[in-house]
Amino acid sequence: MLAFLLTLMLLLGIVIVLAYAERKVAAFMQDRLGPTEAGPYGSLQSVLDVLKLLQKEDIVPAAADKKLFKLAPILIFAAVFAGFAVIPFTPELIPASIGIGVFYLLAIISLDVVGLLMAGWGSNNKYAMLGAMRSVAQIVSYEIPAGLAILSVVMICQSLDFQEISYQQGILLNRFPGLEFEKNWLFGIEALGINTTNIGGITTWNIFRAPLLLVAFVIYFIASLAESNRAPFDIPEAESELVAGFHVEYSGFRFAVLFLAEYSMMVLVSLVAVILFLGSWNTPLPNLTTLKFADWTTGTIGSLSGILWGGFWLLSKTFVLLFLQLQIRWTYPRLRVDQLMHLCWKVLTPVALGVVLLAGIWRLLMV
Amino acid sequence: MVSIISSNLTNQVFKNRRIKEKMLFYVFALLAIVSGAYMVLTRNLLYAGFSLLLTLLSVAAIYVLLFADFVAVTQLMVYVGGVLVLILFGIMLSSRVHDKSVMSENVNVGWGITIALLTLVGLSYTIWQAGFSSLPWLQQTDTDVLAGQKSTVQHIGVKLMTDFVLPFEIASLLLLIALMGAAYIATDKQKV
Repeated sequence: MLAFLLTLMLLLGIVIVLAYAERKVAAFMQDRLGPTEAGPYGSLQSVLDVLKLLQKEDIVPAAADKKLFKLAPILIFAAVFAGFAVIPFTPELIPASIGIGVFYLLAIISLDVVGLLMAGWGSNNKYAMLGAMRSVAQIVSYEIPAGLAILSVVMICQSLDFQEISYQQGILLNRFPGLEFEKNWLFGIEALGINTTNIGGITTWNIFRAPLLLVAFVIYFIASLAESNRAPFDIPEAESELVAGFHVEYSGFRFAVLFLAEYSMMVLVSLVAVILFLGSWNTPLPNLTTLKFADWTTGTIGSLSGILWGGFWLLSKTFVLLFLQLQIRWTYPRLRVDQLMHLCWKVLTPVALGVVLLAGIWRLLMV
Repeated sequence: MVSIISSNLTNQVFKNRRIKEKMLFYVFALLAIVSGAYMVLTRNLLYAGFSLLLTLLSVAAIYVLLFADFVAVTQLMVYVGGVLVLILFGIMLSSRVHDKSVMSENVNVGWGITIALLTLVGLSYTIWQAGFSSLPWLQQTDTDVLAGQKSTVQHIGVKLMTDFVLPFEIASLLLLIALMGAAYIATDKQKV
């Protein structure tokens, strides 16, 4: 119960910051000022936006399927929020430490799709319906390259447990029960003879441990943009064609929940990318001879310093990825449907399949 | 003395956990039955699809209570993420002909009831005959099912690659054939 509340609070905080950052980054990239009135530099803008949304009238269209219309936002948010249950925030803090966390995450996110269909159908509006159909088609297609990219990480790490994957990517490797005698080698290859177990930092991140995971990371990042309906994959809510996509009929609190679910999805996919590829809560600074940067910036497990450093590194890396998502939104034009499907099925999926095969071979070199 | 107290304590904790697990089981079992019944009884095809979601989720929860975490998540992945979405898509694309949502109809009432009753009798008889409460492996697995493992994945993986490798490969062949068939049906046939 405590984990539930803490995660929800953290998520609300991140989403509010993100909504503000989105407007400021957009303004900066278009040479505008963005919000300036509310608070210093407009920093209270998104808080006030939320307050405004909560005060608005809750409109349910007369011709809508009322039960489905009311249930859909809850289902969508519940599906995304359930994904946070298996995310490790620090070396010791994880809401639900289950052995098949990665698989669970992939499965629970697919509940989101059912919620989208429910919203689109329940609204009884052709724009909403088209938006939901496009959104679902896109998410279901892009789950495949994303899943294959994740699979290649799982093959390198030999684990479906997010916390175990996190421990493998830093100097705390031997502190995880079951990994006491494991060793990290440079690029994962023992034959090179450079033991990085105590060097840690960026040299033990998954993209460094097996450099071909860098390709998997790019594939996952592109696919995750599509899964969270972000530009350039935002045809489900293309403003110029569909008004707003599946949530066109929603207002007030229900719209706020949908908005929250969408931003939570962005945060979730970025967190997963950080945990699987970019060293999770581990520090990027390596130990260099007498300069123990990694030790200094890791803290001790179990004490406050460990929690603070872990949370700090995880969240700051996540914010870097989130910033990249925002930046891409204002850089690339929207893809057409045929370009979207071409990219997914003819580019990303074959490359991801190749990466999975190579990851298996790399794993053989690692042992 | 201390050890007796601590063992009593762990017994108490264990008992409480058993009661909680039993309660959870009945909650999810009830949910599965109610949503399943609603799915069968409702005339609106789309509602039936959405209540199938609830049924599948409850059954997945029961799998978790039975320590079958991998099966539970696979159920979500395959049935909710794949089959159910496909069913909903099918209903949405085919219903609302002439601005009216498609309702299911009752046909073959007599035959339906007969076959359902026969299946019920057959299943009940099989379960009765199996006498599963006296099966030896079920009585032994009372204490620690996972035996120190965090998940059943390792066991399932090893078994799939050793004892059950033939059925596993045949299943993959079947899926490949289905995929090729789907691709063949979907391709544009060029008129010469």
